[in-house]
Amino acid sequence: MILTFPHMGSVYILVKTLFDELGATYVIPPKGSKKTLELGTKYCPEMACLPLKINVGNFLESIEKGADTIVITGGCGPCRFGYYAEMHRQMFKDMGQDVEIITIEIDDTGIKGLIAKLRYLFPNKSLLSIANAIVKAFSNMKEADKLDALSYKVRPREQEKGATDAIMNKFEADVLMVTGAKEITKLIKKTQKKLKAVPLIAGYEPMKIGIVGEIYTLVEPLTNMNIEKTLGNMGVEVNRVLTTSHWIDQHILKAGLKIGKRDFEKAAYPYIKTMIGGHAQETAGHTVMYANSGYDGVIQIYPLTCMPEVVAGSILPTISKDKDIPVLTLVMDEITGEAGYITRVDAFVDMLIRKKDKEKQNERVLSRS
Amino acid sequence: MKIGIPRALLYYQYYRVWKTFFTTLGAEVVLSDKTTKDILDNGVVATVNDACLPLKVFHGAVINLIGKVDYIFIPRLKSVAKGEYICPKFCGLPDMVRYSVKNLPPIIDTEVNIRKKPRQLYKAFLSAGLYITKDKNLIKLAYHKALFENALFIEKLEKGNALLDVLANKKSTNKKGELTVAVLGHKYNVYDQYVNMNLFENLTKNNVSVITAENISDKICNDYAAKLPKKVFWSFARKLIGAANHLAKENIVDGVIYIMSFGCGIDSFVADICERTLRKNKTPFFLMMIDEHSGQGGFNTRLEAFLDMIKWRRKDDLDISPYGERVYIGKDAI
Ligand code: SF4
Ligand code: SF4
Repeated sequence: MILTFPHMGSVYILVKTLFDELGATYVIPPKGSKKTLELGTKYCPEMACLPLKINVGNFLESIEKGADTIVITGGCGPCRFGYYAEMHRQMFKDMGQDVEIITIEIDDTGIKGLIAKLRYLFPNKSLLSIANAIVKAFSNMKEADKLDALSYKVRPREQEKGATDAIMNKFEADVLMVTGAKEITKLIKKTQKKLKAVPLIAGYEPMKIGIVGEIYTLVEPLTNMNIEKTLGNMGVEVNRVLTTSHWIDQHILKAGLKIGKRDFEKAAYPYIKTMIGGHAQETAGHTVMYANSGYDGVIQIYPLTCMPEVVAGSILPTISKDKDIPVLTLVMDEITGEAGYITRVDAFVDMLIRKKDKEKQNERVLSRS
Repeated sequence: MKIGIPRALLYYQYYRVWKTFFTTLGAEVVLSDKTTKDILDNGVVATVNDACLPLKVFHGAVINLIGKVDYIFIPRLKSVAKGEYICPKFCGLPDMVRYSVKNLPPIIDTEVNIRKKPRQLYKAFLSAGLYITKDKNLIKLAYHKALFENALFIEKLEKGNALLDVLANKKSTNKKGELTVAVLGHKYNVYDQYVNMNLFENLTKNNVSVITAENISDKICNDYAAKLPKKVFWSFARKLIGAANHLAKENIVDGVIYIMSFGCGIDSFVADICERTLRKNKTPFFLMMIDEHSGQGGFNTRLEAFLDMIKWRRKDDLDISPYGERVYIGKDAI
C-alpha cells in the first residue's frame, strides 16, 4: 500500500510528519504545476471548483509515481468539499484507475469508523502511537504556518531583494530530504532563525494588505499565483488569518472548542448573520477587522463557482464603503493567465499608494491650518 | 397587509406552502411578474458578476416587487430536511439582497434550519407569522394548513401532473408523444419559461412528452440515492440523482435533458454524476448550460439535433453513439 494525498499549501509538511512517524510508504505529489492543472481540468466536470481539479491532478501525478491509495479528509456539507471523495471515486472508476480512496472523517459510523480506517492505514501501530504522531504532525504544521507568517513580514522589508525567497526555496527543497518529526521541526526552527537574521531596511513602514477568501485558494500557491510572495516583493506586508492550522482547528478538531461567538463572527454579524458554509463569514468578518486595525486594503480570493464566497463577495462592497477600506476581488479560474491577475494586483497596490499619499497630504494640510 | 413573493428560486418548490400560510393569516400575497428580459437585466445589474443565473433572476424579481408590497418574504433556508443541506447561497440570500438592492421594503427573513431539529420548522413559521398577527393559535392553524397543502401538492406531482399546471390550479393534459424525454435540474431552471427558453412548449411542438423529477415519487428517488456509497447531503440533489438512477434502470425515457446554470456549484457535481449514471445505461443525455447570454436560436438547433439523434438511434437500433459530443448552450452559443 503506497499512500498519497492532495496538496494544499504546506499541508504536505503535516502529512509527511505523520507518515514518517508511522513508517508508512507514501508519495508526495509533485508540486502543483501547469501539468497538474491540465490533468485535473481534463478529467473533472467543467464547472467543478478549482480545488477539485487540482486534487485530481495531484492524484494522477502521484499514481504515475506508484501511489495506489488516496487519503483525504471528508465532511458532510453544505459545501461541495464534503462531496469530493464521492466525485473522486466515480471519476477514477470511470477512468479505469484502480485506486483506493480513504476519507478521514467522522461520519455516521462515528469515531469507531475513523479508528477502523486509521488501523487499516497504519497496521502494526498502536492507537497511542498514532495519536502521538498526529500531535507531532499538528505541531509541525503550526510551526510551518508561523514560518510562512514570518516570511510575510520579512520579505517587504528585506534590504537585499530575493533574500527571503532564497531562504524559503531552500527550505522547501530541504524539507523533502529529511525524515521524521524531529528533523522536520529542527529544519523549520533553523529556517525561522535564518529569516530573523535577514537584514531589514531600517524605519521602512510597508503598506499592509489583508488576504481573505476561500481557504484552499488562499493556502495553495498554485491557485493564488503566490499572492503573498508577489505582494511581498512589491514591498507590501500581508496578513492572512486563514491558515492550514486554523482550518484544522475548525474542521477536524471542530467546534468542540467553540466558546461563545468567535471574534470574526461578531465582526461579520451586521453583514452576515449565520454560518453559511465555506468561509463566507470569515471573509466578511476579517475584512471588518482588517479595516478596524488600520490595514490599507483587503484582497478577496476565491475559485470561480465557489458558492459561499459569491455570497460574501456581494456584501464586501458595502463593507468596503462603510469602513473605507479598498477591496480587490480575484476570482481564480484555470483560463485567466497569471499575468492577468498580476496586472490587477499591481493596479490595486498603486491605487492604495495614491490613497495613502493623499491622506497624508490632507493630514498635513489639516495640521497646518 | 401585502406580502411579496419573488417568482424565482424556491417559489417553484414552496409557493403553495407560503401562500396558504400567509393568506390564512389574513395577509395578501403578491407574486412578482413572470421572468422577462427586463427582470433579468435588473437582476444582472444588481448582482456580482459570477452569481448564477437563478440568483440574478431572483434579484430581478425582488426589484419587480418594490413599491407593490409592504414586506418581501425572503426566508433564510439553511436546511430543509434532517441531516441535509441545500446550496449555501440560499442561506445567504437575505444578506445578499439587502446589500445589492436599493429602496427595499422590509424583509421577512425567517431562518429555516431543520438539519438537527425538525421541530425548528414550526418556530420558523411562527417567527414569520408574528409579522402579521399576534394570534399564535391562528399561526398554528395556518402552519398545519400549509403543510397539508404541501402534501397535496406533492401528491399531485407524483400522479404525473406538470408542476406549472398544479401551481396554476390547472389540470394537466397528458398526451403521449412520439418520444418521452425527462427534464432534470433545479426547479427554478426547469420551470422558469424564460430561463429554459420555452423548452416545454418546444418539446410539445416536436411531439415529445415530458416527465420531470417531481413526477417520480420521493420514495423511489430516495431508495436509489441511498445506494450511493456516500450520502448525498444536498436535499434537492438527492432527488435528482435518485431520479437519474431510476430513469437509467427502468428505461422509461428516450433521453434526458439536464438544465444547469453556468457557474452552479452544486450542479457541477450533480449533473456530472447524473450524466455518468445515464451514460452507463446508454441513455442519451443533453446538458443544457444556461446563462444570461443564452440565445434561443442556437438552443433550438441543438435541441432539434438532440431529438433527431434519439430518433435515428431508435430506427437504427442503437447504432449511433449518444455521446458524439457534449452539447452546450452557453456563452459561445449563436
Ligand atoms: S468553499 Fe468554494 S471552493 Fe470550497 S468546496 Fe465550497 S464551493 Fe468549492
Ligand atoms: S444550487 Fe446552483 S443554481 Fe441554485 S442557487 Fe446554488 S449555485 Fe445557484
